Amino acid sequence: MAEESVLTDDFLRQLINVGEVDILVGLPTHNNATTIGPVVQAIQAGILRSFPRERAAIINADGGSRDGTPEVVTGASIDDTRYKSGVYALRTLHSISTQYARTPQSGAALRTILAAAELLRAKACAVISPESVSIGPEWIDHLIRPIYKNGFDFVAPLYRRNKFEGLLMRNLLYPMTRAIYGAKVREPYASEFGFSARLGSQFLKQEIWSHEAGETGPEMLLTMFALAGGYRLQQTFLGTKAHVDHGSRDLVPAMRQTVGALFWSLDPSFPKWSAVTGSQAISTEGCEHEVTLEAVRVNRKRLYEMFRSGIAELDPVLSSIVSAATLAELQRIAGLAEDDFRYPAELWAKTVYEFAAAYHTSVMSRDHVIQALAPLYRGRMFTFLLENRDATAEKVENNVELLCQEFERLKPYLLELWNSGK
Amino acid sequence: MRELIVSELSLAYHEFARELAHLLPQLIEMLIIALLGWLIAYILKVIVRTVMRLVRFEKLSDNVGASQLLNKVALPSSTELLSRLVFWVVWLGFVLIGVSVLGIVGLQEYISRFFLFLPHLFVALFIVFFGLMAASFFSRAALLAGVNANLPSARLLSMAIRTIVITFVLSMAFEELGLAEETMLVAFGIAFGALMLGLAIAFGIGGQDLARQFLERRLVHKKKEEKEDELSPL
Repeated sequence: MAEESVLTDDFLRQLINVGEVDILVGLPTHNNATTIGPVVQAIQAGILRSFPRERAAIINADGGSRDGTPEVVTGASIDDTRYKSGVYALRTLHSISTQYARTPQSGAALRTILAAAELLRAKACAVISPESVSIGPEWIDHLIRPIYKNGFDFVAPLYRRNKFEGLLMRNLLYPMTRAIYGAKVREPYASEFGFSARLGSQFLKQEIWSHEAGETGPEMLLTMFALAGGYRLQQTFLGTKAHVDHGSRDLVPAMRQTVGALFWSLDPSFPKWSAVTGSQAISTEGCEHEVTLEAVRVNRKRLYEMFRSGIAELDPVLSSIVSAATLAELQRIAGLAEDDFRYPAELWAKTVYEFAAAYHTSVMSRDHVIQALAPLYRGRMFTFLLENRDATAEKVENNVELLCQEFERLKPYLLELWNSGK
Repeated sequence: MRELIVSELSLAYHEFARELAHLLPQLIEMLIIALLGWLIAYILKVIVRTVMRLVRFEKLSDNVGASQLLNKVALPSSTELLSRLVFWVVWLGFVLIGVSVLGIVGLQEYISRFFLFLPHLFVALFIVFFGLMAASFFSRAALLAGVNANLPSARLLSMAIRTIVITFVLSMAFEELGLAEETMLVAFGIAFGALMLGLAIAFGIGGQDLARQFLERRLVHKKKEEKEDELSPL
């Protein structure tokens, strides 16, 4: 059990005192005192309601919070939850908090949770985002039951979203993951997910933790690992995905966390994905997608201008990444007036594949490849907003489906780029 | 008189013949060394060229911007240039060893100076190559960060960073070679100072709006500017 070395002595002692558990819920946190209380109570209520006879533990992996987050987690009274839910557990519900580092690192947080799950021999685990303020007790059941009772290895979430939320997911992560691995996982990057002991242990053994992708996007890598490894996957509808306002949340870190990890995963899993054609639906519990249509105020002009300036300024960088034909086409659309501007699905899919190939061959620093994609994504975002401005939920879904089909159609182009080593 | 002349000429001839007989083996030795050196230098050139191609040095050179730089001054590719450099340095080294066999007084010192200079030459080349690499990396990082932060003069910033790093690298390389050390130091000081002053003036006068926008963004929370970010990408 080499992974014990990532756990501190104190944490290890606490885990040994717990013994073994059936269910484990991991909570990676960093300064989440304002939202963590209701999340912990919902987890406790979920365990009490759905798994009253099982041995369970909540593991909080904290990245150096200064607002008392760990104290809120360990101090959340189970009695309140019992009183509210009217259900009594037959076993002790343990809550343990550990500080894995002084600064937040998603890789180290997930690794700590996986190592704890392995040490406690947990049969089914779930990871919950501390910012999921819309969580209900049923989320625990939805994420853990398919693993604990039905033998699935990985449970991905499905959310009710506004049609303009999660655009990176709809325009890149979902279409590309689907085309690459041939499985229709709607949320390949999940802040909430469930996994089996088998999958957790195998993933923990992978040589990913010292790589940048393993440090920044382990959640994405876990999904890719489950897909490439032939594990049993299910997706389950959880409800509304609440969006905590971060003020100036940056696009580039989000792309590093997800697109970077997706591109990185293509190298080790090439033998698997290169043989995949088309895509298949995976087992789904609840509705597959639910889109809300409330109006959202967005500064579209800014997106358009950032795309145009990106194309103009990044010319020397882009010419090393994309083909001459793609660059010429990008320059052509950058010259279009705002009303006529469209970033077509085919060109977008080609661009993304050429970026993936450039990442593979490391034509420059891999982080720079990801950063160079951000202005282009803004152009695609602008087109998506324009195309779906007055669209119904069905129309939005149809547009996403068309984009996915374009990614699938162009997959041989990615293989061609990959094999030629360009 | 005539006999004296003949005797002197005969003596001179014998002297010349003796000197030639003494020098000829050394000349042959020198030629052999030079020829052997040429052969070794050529083999090394081929080896270096092959290794460079195997490790895709050309691509690395493209990425750091060295190829473009060489292109601009009509020099061959970096692989070719480096292999030729190895050839000439090695061959010249052998030629000098050969010349030293002749035992010409005063030449020994120059030869030993040449061999002492070689490590400096390689260190300078090393500094220039990795300096170009650093210049390329940092200027690209600045360009990407500037574009993604929506700065109006991202390319200018990137070029300024590249110029500063290259100037610094060249001054280091010249210092290593010991060529015009003081001139280079003064030139670097003047260039760097002028650049900084220029940037300060440009930022202060030309970039008043930019500075105001920057400070406002930093100090005043203008949420309307961040509308794009209200759409969660994930």
